[in-house]
Amino acid sequence: MENQKRVKDFADQYGPEHVVVIIGAAEGEAAGLAAETVTAGDPTFAGPLTGVSLGLCVYHICEDAVKNEVDDDVYDEQVSMMEMVLDVDEIVREMDAIRSQYCKY
Amino acid sequence: MNSVLKGSSFVLVHSPDMLVHSGTTQTTERIVNPSSEYLSKLPKYLRSFDDVVAYLPNQVYIGSKTPDDLAAAGSTWYDKPLKGANRFGPFGEIMPQDEFYMLMQACDAFDLVRLEKAFSDDVKVRFEKHPLVDEHLLAMVSDGIDIGDIMKVVNEEHAEGIYHDDKLVGYVKKAHDIDINLSAHVIFENLASKASCTLALMHLIKVTGISKNSVEYVIDCSEEACGDMNQRGGGNMAKAAAEIAGLSGASGADIRAFCAAPAHAVIHAAALVASGTYDNVVVAAGGSTAKLGMNGKDHVKKELPVMEDVMGGFAVLISKNDGKSPEILSAFTGKHSVGSGSSPQAVITALVTDPLDKMGLKIADIDKYSPEMQNPDLTKPAGAGDVPLANYKMIAALGVKRGELDRTDINAFTEKHGMIGWAPTQGHIPSGIPYLGFARNEMMSGNIERSMIIGKGSLFLGRMTNLFDGVSFIVQKNGGARPASDAVSEDTIKRLIAQSMRELAASMGVE
Repeated sequence: MENQKRVKDFADQYGPEHVVVIIGAAEGEAAGLAAETVTAGDPTFAGPLTGVSLGLCVYHICEDAVKNEVDDDVYDEQVSMMEMVLDVDEIVREMDAIRSQYCKY
Repeated sequence: MNSVLKGSSFVLVHSPDMLVHSGTTQTTERIVNPSSEYLSKLPKYLRSFDDVVAYLPNQVYIGSKTPDDLAAAGSTWYDKPLKGANRFGPFGEIMPQDEFYMLMQACDAFDLVRLEKAFSDDVKVRFEKHPLVDEHLLAMVSDGIDIGDIMKVVNEEHAEGIYHDDKLVGYVKKAHDIDINLSAHVIFENLASKASCTLALMHLIKVTGISKNSVEYVIDCSEEACGDMNQRGGGNMAKAAAEIAGLSGASGADIRAFCAAPAHAVIHAAALVASGTYDNVVVAAGGSTAKLGMNGKDHVKKELPVMEDVMGGFAVLISKNDGKSPEILSAFTGKHSVGSGSSPQAVITALVTDPLDKMGLKIADIDKYSPEMQNPDLTKPAGAGDVPLANYKMIAALGVKRGELDRTDINAFTEKHGMIGWAPTQGHIPSGIPYLGFARNEMMSGNIERSMIIGKGSLFLGRMTNLFDGVSFIVQKNGGARPASDAVSEDTIKRLIAQSMRELAASMGVE
């Protein structure tokens, strides 16, 4: 809930076209849910983004588009262990689906 | 000398009406959306006491079945009720809600709880027959009162109703006119925690055979705060529960650290015993009414029974080394420090490999890891995945990064060194501790050498810090292999003694 509020505040402050949301969820379904929240709106109708379609650019940290932007050593230290246990293909599929459907930028 | 794990007890309390009336998912829904479809459907998805007793993960919790039985029974268990299951098991019991209300009433020291007469008379017959209910406890049970008086207090004095089979059967009164920390809701929540903690203590006395007077200190590590407006979390649940359980020689205090509190508490208790401060320390926790039905919306949506319908409790006796029971290795605990960092890698390193490195051990030298043992039957339909499995995969992945395991070994590692979770999602209850009963048995019979218990906590929930938290400790077969660092410390001691002798000899020579 708090994160939804912060994302909304950042989008208001900097303009939605200037905000990229990076997700670190450990499962495709959870990543998709978070991505849907910051694009189409909160699908659980519980938080501040209920009915608010921000359409923000959203990526998972393990997607190449973001991964290639991160310093290799930092990625190795912070993410590589988790990458080993995640179903990255499933996450990418979920993220692609949400982006193509709801992303406005 | 290390302290030892002398024994542990595990109890569950069937709480279907408490789920409806006290679980925060339901109380919130009642405020936000009182005519919600979920609330109207919910009663149909509640389980009976018999269903709860026949539920395999619950039977594992009380020790009648083992983690291996659970693994052998497929990947869902709500649909595979056990035949002939018993409410009592080697580690404890599953108490029905009505008997628990009587225990709650007995735990009330301020005349805040009363039960309806017919209900009370009916329950008392069974309560008196409970194998652990003695005269001391029975003397604390009040006579029932008329339903009219109960309704009056509920309707006019903001008391919380006590419900059973959807009928009003008693009340918990507020303990102060203004102070919200003593509201009827808070008193209900705290008495439920105290009573389930007491039940766990009663079973621990039976399981371990320790005399009540020998327990010197109790640490409560549940998640409730008791106190008034001037000291909202003042405590002391430990001493309050110890009093009802008849532990008249015990003092105590509470440790709070969200879901990690039980692991913190065991580390404290082990140190108190190892240092010689006390010979027998108990770590105990009662259950949480707030978390009942926490994921109920997802369960109902998926047409599953609402399985978060039990409160959990446990008690662990940590004693002076008896040369037989498994040791708790006080010198080799893991801790997530303020500066550890919050990435999963940093967390697993701090909790798992830092203490192993200190001992000169590898990841695979721990036979069984017990991290957060949440039952996946409850968490998977709610989109939270399989929590223990996720932890095992992370531990294995760190092993791969350290060159101790091959990447293709991750799945085999999780099967060999992990377990399927069986604990109810009661926050502090799943956090590593539920394995201690089995760990002791397995080590006493020589099946395993050592286990690591890992507690983790989400401190952000209290809005004081964004830091993650966690601690871990190792339980090892008594007299098990000593780590290399112990040998080093012995050498160091010998060197120090030799040096002191030389200094003494020199000083005597001068004189």
